[in-house]
Amino acid sequence: MSEGPLPKEGTAAPTRQAASRAVPFRGGGFAPSSHRAAAWIAFAAVIAAWQFGSSMGYIHPLTLPSPEEILTALADLARSGDLWRHLSASLGRLAMGWSLGTLAGLAVGLALGMFSIARSVGLPFVSALFPIPKIALLPLFIIWFGIGEPSKVATILFGVFFPTVINTYSGVDNVARSLIRMGQSFDMPTRDIVFKVVFPGAMPAILSGFRISASIAIVLLVAAEMIGAEWGVGALVLAAGNLMQTDYLIAGVVLLSLIGLTIGIVLSRLEALLLRWR
Amino acid sequence: MELRATGITHKYDDLTALEAVDLHAREGEILALIGPSGCGKSTLLGILGGLLQPSEGRVEMQGALPEGCLNPLTYVFQDFALLPWRSVRGNVRLPLEHHQLTSDERRERVEDALARTGLTDFAGAYVRQLSGGMRQRVGIARALAVKPAVLLMDEPLSALDAQTRNLLMEDFVGLWLREKLTAVYVTHNLDEALRLAHRVVVLSRRPGRVREEIIIDVPLDERQGTAGLLELAPLRERLWALIRDEAQTAELELADV
Repeated sequence: MSEGPLPKEGTAAPTRQAASRAVPFRGGGFAPSSHRAAAWIAFAAVIAAWQFGSSMGYIHPLTLPSPEEILTALADLARSGDLWRHLSASLGRLAMGWSLGTLAGLAVGLALGMFSIARSVGLPFVSALFPIPKIALLPLFIIWFGIGEPSKVATILFGVFFPTVINTYSGVDNVARSLIRMGQSFDMPTRDIVFKVVFPGAMPAILSGFRISASIAIVLLVAAEMIGAEWGVGALVLAAGNLMQTDYLIAGVVLLSLIGLTIGIVLSRLEALLLRWR
Repeated sequence: MELRATGITHKYDDLTALEAVDLHAREGEILALIGPSGCGKSTLLGILGGLLQPSEGRVEMQGALPEGCLNPLTYVFQDFALLPWRSVRGNVRLPLEHHQLTSDERRERVEDALARTGLTDFAGAYVRQLSGGMRQRVGIARALAVKPAVLLMDEPLSALDAQTRNLLMEDFVGLWLREKLTAVYVTHNLDEALRLAHRVVVLSRRPGRVREEIIIDVPLDERQGTAGLLELAPLRERLWALIRDEAQTAELELADV
């Protein structure tokens, strides 16, 4: 350690008397945690305030029906069996469009991530087509596939396809090269390297892509069901709006929220299961 | 089995990384490759195991493979290269899965490799739960599972702290004393070379050439303690003198590759 010149007495700043002071604590914070109970209480409070406002006449029932009326509307729908018809139509389209789009997206994304030719040819196409709002293609799909189910499924499929491609591709691209070299150094066949090294390595990115594609799929589902659909939550919302039945309209919105929540929970479970190694 | 490289030259675009390198890894011997950073020692190891194509020269395997050998030239990597989504056992089993083995034989090989590296109690753990030293033990166990003819070790201890490095060196010495493995051991650490190697090949800075080959004839199990260190001291001086200037030049160089 170097020794500097000793401070001369008198010239130095007035010697601070060495009073002992506690070191002030400066860390902490920036570590938000979430309290489950707080969320439920806040949720209940908002609904209670809403119900109160409606009951007291502060909120006009046509502008915003009370939670009670919405529940009644849902109960009516359930009793008449329409609820199930709407839901099953919507969920069927969603499942079909999302899984076909995801399968195609995974295959293309994997190819883009692994093969130079696929990447050179495919990436510009994907980049050009990805930003198109797929709703804009719905009229075209109706001309191509007719007003029935295929055009609706195709819209969802296309909407899901592109984000899946991009997430899979970047996930594959980010798999550590050293792991692939390890596979090669043990003479693993290419198929094994793809399915045991590359694909699981890209899984976190693929799963986060699922969240994005699922929310896009719901948006497109509703849009597609607003054109020429008899059943479906989107059709329910549109029809209720046309008849000024705001209680049925919001009941439809609640259903959409529940669909979204359920998908979110399923995906969280899937992540916890597939990514438990993290 | 022996591994013999002749006239290895390797160029990255217009940069010559290795020039006319001859190397001979003899049966049952640990050959250390040392040199300053950027001397192409990892490149050379990549070429030895067929992961890199040299611009010139050839590498030959000579002699019979050991019994049950599935992958003659097997690497141990600096960054371990373990699959984080597999357990310790799953990682050790990985290189066996594409071979035609009975499930009994496969299990036997895995459990044997785990036992030899002291990992039996950790077989079910995920990689993230392990310390650095345990991770590299998994890397070594995985290599042992295929019964390699030559181990190619690419700075296997460089990512570890000094204590762990010493522990693993002891383990590796024990392993060698029992099984007389053949290995090429790349390192920039003089102590590792002096502790583990029977012969040390010193590479010069870019372009990497063989500067000198030094035989260390002190048996591996006599290199510890004061007596061992004293015996190795002159060699250590000599090796340090060989790489000191180049290490210093390399140290001052700007990375622009």
